[in-house]
Amino acid sequence: MSTAASVAVLSRRSVIGTARQPATWMPGLFFPLLIAAVNSAALTRATGLPGFPDVQSFLQFLLPATLIQGVLFGGIVGGADTALDIQNGFFERLLASPVRRSAILVGRLAGAAALGGVQALVFVAIFVVFGATIEGGLAAVAVLVVVGMILAVAVGGVASAIGLRTGSQEAVQNSFPLIFVLLFVSSAFFPTELMSGWYQTAAQANPLSWLIDAARDLVVVGFTWNQALAAVGWSVVLAVVGIAVALLALRRRLRVAS
Amino acid sequence: MSVARGVDGSPVAGGRAATASAGGGLWPVSAALAHRAYLGMVRIPATIIPTIVMPVFFVLAFGGAFGALTQLPGFPTDNILNWMAPFAILQGASFAGLGAAFNAGRDLENGFYDRLLLAPARRLSLATGPLLYSTARSLFPMCTVLPVALVGGARLVGGVAGLAVLAFAAAGTALLAGLWGLGVVWRLRTQRSTALVQIGLFAVLFLSVGQVPLEAMEGTWLEVVARYNPFTAVLDMARAGFLGPVGWSDVLPGVAAIAGGVVLLGWFAQRGFATFDK
Repeated sequence: MSTAASVAVLSRRSVIGTARQPATWMPGLFFPLLIAAVNSAALTRATGLPGFPDVQSFLQFLLPATLIQGVLFGGIVGGADTALDIQNGFFERLLASPVRRSAILVGRLAGAAALGGVQALVFVAIFVVFGATIEGGLAAVAVLVVVGMILAVAVGGVASAIGLRTGSQEAVQNSFPLIFVLLFVSSAFFPTELMSGWYQTAAQANPLSWLIDAARDLVVVGFTWNQALAAVGWSVVLAVVGIAVALLALRRRLRVAS
Repeated sequence: MSVARGVDGSPVAGGRAATASAGGGLWPVSAALAHRAYLGMVRIPATIIPTIVMPVFFVLAFGGAFGALTQLPGFPTDNILNWMAPFAILQGASFAGLGAAFNAGRDLENGFYDRLLLAPARRLSLATGPLLYSTARSLFPMCTVLPVALVGGARLVGGVAGLAVLAFAAAGTALLAGLWGLGVVWRLRTQRSTALVQIGLFAVLFLSVGQVPLEAMEGTWLEVVARYNPFTAVLDMARAGFLGPVGWSDVLPGVAAIAGGVVLLGWFAQRGFATFDK
């Protein structure tokens, strides 16, 4: 079987497996939407604070952050499924089959990317229905979907690395707080200009802030190539890191297995 | 102190009590079950993370991110930690209650519950044991969040009374979360159902005055929901000591909300157990 064919089959398996288990991906849709609904109501007056960016509404301000939050949570699913494959012995059977080793990982990450793209579209649609305007139009939506897919690969890579390293679904799920920390200490829920002290410094140095700020400009200000490239570029950087750690973990797992 | 052990060496709940007194009284068995849950926490310290580490992170994150909210008209304090620390403590307390549901779900899946049901112990101890443990565990977030908040500039101007109502609110929150969690887990009989428990807790916590006061959300749907969410009264009680001297008007609605919640969720849990024990 060629590498492409292996990747296609394993990607399909990953997508179907995810689709059949709503309990695994529903929280990645529900929680970000609940947080967005609560914050857009609770913090609506914050848009009038001196220094707050000029936005149509807090809901509009939140769109990129909610999308990225959902994709980050959803990306963990891929890692948990990798651990499940190890736990139930499917991984061993894959190793015994004539499948390229890299295809095992690429298939899983392709499934994560598909889920990330769908999540991004769902979030955009729901926000638009509830009145958020996307100043960058369809071009901005396209960039947000691409960012969602690439970011899903980044998180899926890190989660898969944990799954490959530990072979434990629980360990993968326990990485959730780390993602929560990364997201919260960023410009996701409030502009860094209005933060203070060490927290502001940490948030401004967080790569997620750079990604969110670029995506937010596409939504709040309008489409520019600079911001589109910045959003996609930072996603790619994170994805490269995610894939690299996943490949290292895969190599280690193969060494142990052989 | 010796504790009866199962074949795997893990402490067997009720074992000491059941062997000590035939028929296993309610409180000895409850205490043994609570002790077993405590030993589980000591052996797997990671399970305590949501109760200790996450609330500290919450208070740092909410305090750091939303500090500017105190500039909003009607915000009752000029230090965001006075507002967020009690919220973070009650979040930690709710996670303590969730622990009861997690443990029950695990015991249901590994068959330990069947053994408990065969033991000569009162059924009620299956609820009172885990709830005793959860309520005691609700003190953990207080011990970790309070020092962090006080160092960050929060002031418990209500003194001992403020501390007492905060502890009472935390214990009440853990108790209510535990009843909710047990009610769900006894119905669905799987540890996975704790995801549903978390969704319920999360919704109740955040659809309240958790982040900003009612005045700041005036005119929004959330204001209506938060106004009628009983958890708002519990949160107001917990915050009372941080915002000024504690008065009965701050405390009584919270006490009533907890009492009402215990009756309602107690009934929900009891019905869940009846379904499970059929």
